[in-house]
Amino acid sequence: MTSLSDRIDARFAGTMGGFSLDVAFTAPMQGITALFGPSGSGKTTVLRAMAGLARLSGRLAVGDETWQDDAAGLRVPPHRRAVGYVFQEASLFPHLSVRRNLLYGARRAADQTPVIGFDEAVALLGLERLLERGPDRLSGGERQRVAIGRALLSAPRLLLMDEPLSALDEASRADILTTFERLHDALPIPAIYVSHDLAEVSRLADRMVMLSAGKVIAEGDVGSILERLDLEPATGRFEAGVLLTATVTGHDTGYQLTRLDLAGQPVSIPRVEVAVGERVRLRIRARDVALATRPPEGISIRNRLSGHIVEIAAAEDAPYAETLVEIPGGVRLRSRVTRESVAELGLTPGTPVFALVKTISFDGR
Amino acid sequence: MPDFAELWSPVRLTLILAAVTTLVLLVVATPIAWWLARSPARWKEAVAAIVALPLVLPPTVLGFYLLILLGPDGPGGWIASLGGARSLAFTFTGLVIGSVVYSLPFVVQPIRNAFEAMGDRPLEVAATLRAGPWDAFWSVAVPLARRGFLTGAVLGFAHTMGEFGVILMIGGNIPGETRVLSIAIYDYVETLRWTEAHLLAGGMVAFAFTVILAMLVLEKRIGRARP
Repeated sequence: MTSLSDRIDARFAGTMGGFSLDVAFTAPMQGITALFGPSGSGKTTVLRAMAGLARLSGRLAVGDETWQDDAAGLRVPPHRRAVGYVFQEASLFPHLSVRRNLLYGARRAADQTPVIGFDEAVALLGLERLLERGPDRLSGGERQRVAIGRALLSAPRLLLMDEPLSALDEASRADILTTFERLHDALPIPAIYVSHDLAEVSRLADRMVMLSAGKVIAEGDVGSILERLDLEPATGRFEAGVLLTATVTGHDTGYQLTRLDLAGQPVSIPRVEVAVGERVRLRIRARDVALATRPPEGISIRNRLSGHIVEIAAAEDAPYAETLVEIPGGVRLRSRVTRESVAELGLTPGTPVFALVKTISFDGR
Repeated sequence: MPDFAELWSPVRLTLILAAVTTLVLLVVATPIAWWLARSPARWKEAVAAIVALPLVLPPTVLGFYLLILLGPDGPGGWIASLGGARSLAFTFTGLVIGSVVYSLPFVVQPIRNAFEAMGDRPLEVAATLRAGPWDAFWSVAVPLARRGFLTGAVLGFAHTMGEFGVILMIGGNIPGETRVLSIAIYDYVETLRWTEAHLLAGGMVAFAFTVILAMLVLEKRIGRARP
């Protein structure tokens, strides 16, 4: 149990552009917490309220500092909150060079404990060759890297990121995602990451707070939330899946595969450069898992895991049923099969099955 | 041969008047422009309309009211009495006040436009980077609106240089005190001193051309980011 002073405690309510918002959540003072939900669910408004940019009534405590408490008449203005804010568009100051953009917040936070040194930030974000350029001569991805550096150099106690990848092209996205993964390991401060992209959240975040129409509908570890069948409307049919951890047991250079141990059962994924013995994060989408009641033969799918069904959720008016399969070792997979298959195979909770996994995505270390 | 000392006096006075007026205008117009650009108040357009009145009013109407305000029985006369004078009309100070009112819309409008074009985002960014409102105004808003300031300053300066009607009403024709260029030209034409009128009028044409050209060139340069 963590004490009150080492977590973020947020509670906001209000009306914003026609819909009412009422959210309360906590986040640890470390790691990345995702604020996840469809567009229009109020994520950005909550993030802006945390920075003091939007006026919502409520309370916000970050560690031992209280930034807003309407009951006590306290509302710290945005420039006195130690936040680093990364906007959707990089929003660099066009009249300043990259160097002076980076130093804008750093100079004003000179008496604070820095999160990261200037040279260290420049190296981490790969900005060495860009320092003397103007923002108009940077690519979208470069601009966003500068914006991240600028936010980190202002000595924040909390990093707030509002869909920092959404305005970028595919190549820049991949680039920034890698940067975030490096940051995730190096950062001594917590981050709140707003996103409507489940793949992004599962790759980066440790915890997630799921919003829908201005309310929190789920909150917890990313892995355990993704397992839940009842959150389907919010996670979206396409992306529903689970997040698992496996250990690298070897590489097959001939077939270009990496062999993994997943709770005692072997699986393979396209080769990744991770040392043997290291743990990796995998994502398996429900639509990529098929079920069989007998060991199948003459089939191209190599990854098959044996287990049993623990839960089936199916609406009467939908063609698909969502099933949760447990394989020994406490690992759970989600599978989407038709309701017809459920009936024909006689699937019920407790039925032993083989889960055939068509695609496993490597989701980072 | 024209008397160059006599010609120089109105030129010098006009330049000083335009410079002082421009400085006062920047100080007065900036907060008005900021408020007009950023206030959510609905009635702000009424204020904007008042500021814009000199665009439409004949200079004589403006001059008439200014004469009353600056005269011995108006607030200007009361202020003048503190300094031991009778009136602000027919003084250099009076000219500055009149010119500021007359040229205000030319300075407020471009600065307001520049502040509006900037939007909220740069100021929000500055706030999240620990810059207080005053700090953000100077370090972000003013540099981003610099085109507006440049345009406003040039327009205010040039408009004051060419002022005639208002000055005729409130300033008269006192050499070294209120006898500005346009008044001097009028005076020379009236007394058929064509050489002097030609010199001053031609000088004004050259000046106006130079100012406009310089502004066009500067605007292009200043738009680029500096390292």
